Amino acid sequence: MAGILVIGEVQDGHIAPPTREALAMGRRLAEAAGATVSVALISHALGASAQEAIAAGADQVYTVEDALLAQPQIDLYLAAYQAVCAAGTPDIVLLSRTDIGRELAPRLACRLGVSLLQDCLQLEIDADSGRLIATRPVYGGNVLARVRSAGTPQVASIRPKVCDPLEPDMSRQGDVTPVAVALDAAMAKVAIVRQEVNEGHGVKLEDANIVVAGGRGLGGPEPFAELEELAGLLGAGIGASRAAVDAGWVPANWQIGLTGRTVTPDLYLTVGISGASQHMAGCSNAKVIVAINKDREANIFRESRYGVVGDWETILPGLIQGIRDLK
Amino acid sequence: MAALNIIVTAKQVIDHEIPASALSIDETSTRVTAPSSFKPIVNGFDDYALEAALRLKEAGGANITVLSVGSQFDVNIMRKTLAMGADRLILCQDPAFTNLADSFTTAQIIAAAIRKIGEFDLILCGRQASDWDNAQVPLVLAELLDLPCITLAQKIEVTDGKVTVEQVVTDGYRVAEAALPALITVTNELGEPRYPALRNIMAANRKRPTTWKADDLDLDPAMLTPQLEVIEVAFPSKAQACEMIESEDGAEAGRRLAQVLHEAGLI
Repeated sequence: MAGILVIGEVQDGHIAPPTREALAMGRRLAEAAGATVSVALISHALGASAQEAIAAGADQVYTVEDALLAQPQIDLYLAAYQAVCAAGTPDIVLLSRTDIGRELAPRLACRLGVSLLQDCLQLEIDADSGRLIATRPVYGGNVLARVRSAGTPQVASIRPKVCDPLEPDMSRQGDVTPVAVALDAAMAKVAIVRQEVNEGHGVKLEDANIVVAGGRGLGGPEPFAELEELAGLLGAGIGASRAAVDAGWVPANWQIGLTGRTVTPDLYLTVGISGASQHMAGCSNAKVIVAINKDREANIFRESRYGVVGDWETILPGLIQGIRDLK
Repeated sequence: MAALNIIVTAKQVIDHEIPASALSIDETSTRVTAPSSFKPIVNGFDDYALEAALRLKEAGGANITVLSVGSQFDVNIMRKTLAMGADRLILCQDPAFTNLADSFTTAQIIAAAIRKIGEFDLILCGRQASDWDNAQVPLVLAELLDLPCITLAQKIEVTDGKVTVEQVVTDGYRVAEAALPALITVTNELGEPRYPALRNIMAANRKRPTTWKADDLDLDPAMLTPQLEVIEVAFPSKAQACEMIESEDGAEAGRRLAQVLHEAGLI
């Protein structure tokens, strides 16, 4: 029986949301392939994560608990996950393309001697060959490619938020197997000196139900103050296109796009964003996209549910007033 | 401090600014092409990697070698790297280097070329190529060459045989350090790459890049068989009707938009 191994992430003693999504994807593939789903959880403090993982779809949990895993040291994470792969001998390995996954996935695949199927939007088992087929965006999202790896195991990284997590099922049963790994601080080739996190700029983008975003059409940094006013009224997160970031108008971590953050709000409201595919790659799973842009031919209108063509200088104050009137 | 030996990896790609409507798909070869009127470019993120190298050169001296692997080069395009300030350009060109969609294979080829170059202090790579968006080759390269690896650099400094990097993370950045030699990937948060001055472009046009073929590299032929197979490439289908809110008056349109969104239960 084929085995699917999810490379899981643990945060503060709980499984991370992308791990729930990867487990859901694993279960979907398992149904098609007649396989079991296991998950690798590594942490300095596993907490409730193993039981959560079983409730989220895992049949088997492999654990590595070690104080050395407290820091995001990819060299140590790799050693731990590699040990689990050796113990579990999976046919398919799934990761999420998170900050950690971005570094981990290509390097783990290399250590397993295979090429990685990167940033997958969709995974399926081919009925004839039994092999995994991945659909992934290329050329900035302008083209979709279906790809297959010839190696074993088949390793794929999944874009966060493309697969809904399963409802936790506390009645699910599963085994927990600790895996012994000899970790050594000397394995870490990179020293992490400090972290500078931009806390408290309102709502976290990835969690926001509404996101407003500004782009090149705003023309400078000052108009973003009006966008922040709009965001405040709506309780929304605020982001920007890469053009606005590269121009130095907004902080870099506002960037939404293929390189940048991925958001999946119920409402994504854009002002002065043309809708280039690299930007849409970061927001295309939003439920409703709205565009305000002075160019009727802008690509954003092909991606939007509602649009207003015109100058944001007049439209935005009207929108803000209209929202105030609703309250 | 002695001048650093820096290798910058670069890839020639279809210009990412080309509108999707101008791209073509050859279903048999599963290749994406652009009309010949559109010149290829050096991958955007590789410009940022070279810019990072040039800043290190200005800070303390460096010999910068740009290395590229491909099946067919437009040498004038690749010479831009010399015009920007690189000291040497090496093009590994061979029909055998066609299937660059497989990052694992591509990294093996680049690793062989780097071993041929010899000593280096730093390898700088763009975070991903704008054609296949794999963001894999640099990381696999670090594994193959057994190098410390720091990704998504927005700032790079070298002092006393050690590299210090500001690494972009979702909510800010992290400061990380490693001993040289090391491999770093570079992202656009580094800041705009410089435009080459005209006199530098003209000087670069007189330089001849070094060219290597597959036979010049110590490569196991088995390495050239791609592990990744592209089954199909296609344009995504888009079915979305946009409801336009029209008005003579922009402010009125804005107010109507608020009402429409409220009625739709979105705000």
